[in-house]
Amino acid sequence: MTESLEEFLIARRDTGRLLLVPYVTAGVTPGWTDIVHAYADAGADAVELGFPFSDPMLDGVTIQEASDRAIAAGTTVKGILEEVATLDVDVPLIAMTYSNLVVQQSTAEFCAALTASGLRGLIVPDSPLEEVGELADAAAAEGLDLVLLAAPSSSRARLREITERSRGFVYALTRMGTTGERGEIPEQAVRLGRELKGLTDRPVLFGFGVSNPAQAAELAGHADGVVVASALMRKLLDGARPRELGDYVASIRRALDHGAR
Amino acid sequence: MTTTEGTPLTSADLAGNGVYGNDPDVLGKFGIFGGRYVPEALIPALDEVAAEYDKARSDLEFLREFDHLLRTYAGRPTTLTEVPRFAEQAGGARILLKREDLTHTGAHKINNVLGQALLTKRLGKTRVIAETGAGQHGVATATAAALMGLECVIYMGAVDCERQALNVARMKLLGATVIPVTNGSQTLKDAINEAFRDWVTNVDHTHYLFGTVAGPHPFPEIVRDFARIIGVEARRQILELTGRLPDAVAAAVGGGSNAIGIFHAFINDKSVQLHGYEAGGRGVETGEHALTLTEGSVGVLHGSRTYVLQDEEGQTIESHSISAGLDYPGVGPEHAWLKDSGRATYHGITDAEAMDAFSLLARTEGIIPAIESSHALAGALKLGRELGPEATILVNLSGRGDKDMGTAMKYFNL
Repeated sequence: MTESLEEFLIARRDTGRLLLVPYVTAGVTPGWTDIVHAYADAGADAVELGFPFSDPMLDGVTIQEASDRAIAAGTTVKGILEEVATLDVDVPLIAMTYSNLVVQQSTAEFCAALTASGLRGLIVPDSPLEEVGELADAAAAEGLDLVLLAAPSSSRARLREITERSRGFVYALTRMGTTGERGEIPEQAVRLGRELKGLTDRPVLFGFGVSNPAQAAELAGHADGVVVASALMRKLLDGARPRELGDYVASIRRALDHGAR
Repeated sequence: MTTTEGTPLTSADLAGNGVYGNDPDVLGKFGIFGGRYVPEALIPALDEVAAEYDKARSDLEFLREFDHLLRTYAGRPTTLTEVPRFAEQAGGARILLKREDLTHTGAHKINNVLGQALLTKRLGKTRVIAETGAGQHGVATATAAALMGLECVIYMGAVDCERQALNVARMKLLGATVIPVTNGSQTLKDAINEAFRDWVTNVDHTHYLFGTVAGPHPFPEIVRDFARIIGVEARRQILELTGRLPDAVAAAVGGGSNAIGIFHAFINDKSVQLHGYEAGGRGVETGEHALTLTEGSVGVLHGSRTYVLQDEEGQTIESHSISAGLDYPGVGPEHAWLKDSGRATYHGITDAEAMDAFSLLARTEGIIPAIESSHALAGALKLGRELGPEATILVNLSGRGDKDMGTAMKYFNL
């Protein structure tokens, strides 16, 4: 049996490696699966696939633009899953989407379809602890790791529950705000990383505002790694080819390895 | 609740306090609808608003202040007007209008914004943000912010900004900053997305002054409670005037705040039918409508589980209505629950039917209604013919039509 997303990431982390999870919006270009391969070849530890939604509340302008483009091109959940099933990459794939896509049929059917296509993780940013119950059960039943998000504004009690109920890793927001590139490392991110690491042995990855290799490496050092999304999608929307995106991921990989413990 | 005409309402009339029941559960659920489908980052802010509102709704000082503003600033209580010449076209049924068009700023929206602006001050926050479609909620929010010295930022779809330039100017005159939203369809739903993004970023000093009974808990409950005054007054007035309860209450439904506002005081009066009228736009067969409850399906939009206009993939479909205030692909969760429980019935009214009622009320009664409210008027015409001449129908005339003159000029070639 294939190991879970969490087992895979823990094994990698325990070799002293900082984890890197790059993102791509599925369907954003006709050859988007080439981007997944380029990421994997460039040293990604997992790849996050955005299933586009028309109203992505937590995402900034870059991901919204990528999502709009994918939807306009006729991207469907079924179509994405068919392409995912043909992918041959040696790292886990994680779906990221919004609640409305998950509840279209039933959460159980949605999770089953993801696993059947080989996906090993799921992130639903508008499903906080209050709403996550049914989805968490459905994902667990399918062996799909449901990743929960933690925010700088979360209380300690919530952080404890998030670290207990999250699977795969804990997705830590570097700041209050939406996805998008920003420069500096906020103090609140450092604090959140420290608090989460104190609460759990699950990998803790930072996301939101990771915008260059040096910053990614510094941030990753306060937890177990980073998710990089908008910086890559901005390049893609500006015309970057899969190989160039892969090169960029490779440059972040080098920065992380250089800063590894 | 035993106030007589002319005397101010008591605090118990103003906020729910469970008087009428039908409050959502602790998770903000009305049956399966509602809830909090929002990013984790917003949960503490929603908790904070909910906790403060819980205190405010039973704080006599807060309720007195709200009551005072409603009477001395908004112009409450609003009157009830019988419209016999209009009613001739409704099979002779007796039709009474609740005149929210006579409030300051000309629509029921003022009730909610005054309540939430007071709440903002209680929360110790100095800045309010709001979404707006046609600009009515934006203007109301800018008004309350000016009154209470709060910084005000309004998000409005770039397309709407162009269509409603006059309201953009009003908001600016009132001291608000208007930010045109160029994402997505550049209309109301995108303005809501953008306002949520602002809120996540600036939540420490900002309150999101949500404009309708949709969105994550506790907004559907708070906005409803601040709008409840409409029905509380109307129920008392109609009893005084006719000696009995109406047979039916009619209201337009976009997000649903004016409808909940007038429905709520009647929910436990089982003899009173509740009818909501959605925007049928160019007709259901054209696909260009805002028939969320009547044609939509259950989904999750803007933080709430409710009926949504969406394609088979779950992507939100752009709605259409001649009335910008009803042009929204979602609807408040309490309406979804009232529909599924059978307590309220929802119907579609086309642009053409609404404009006919708009013109009819103007010519027969000398009242130019908002096009939103004209959907309820058109519904009342149908309802009257169904229920017969013995029936009494209460209609929420939620706003005045001054803002719609541009649309009317074009539609009627005036």
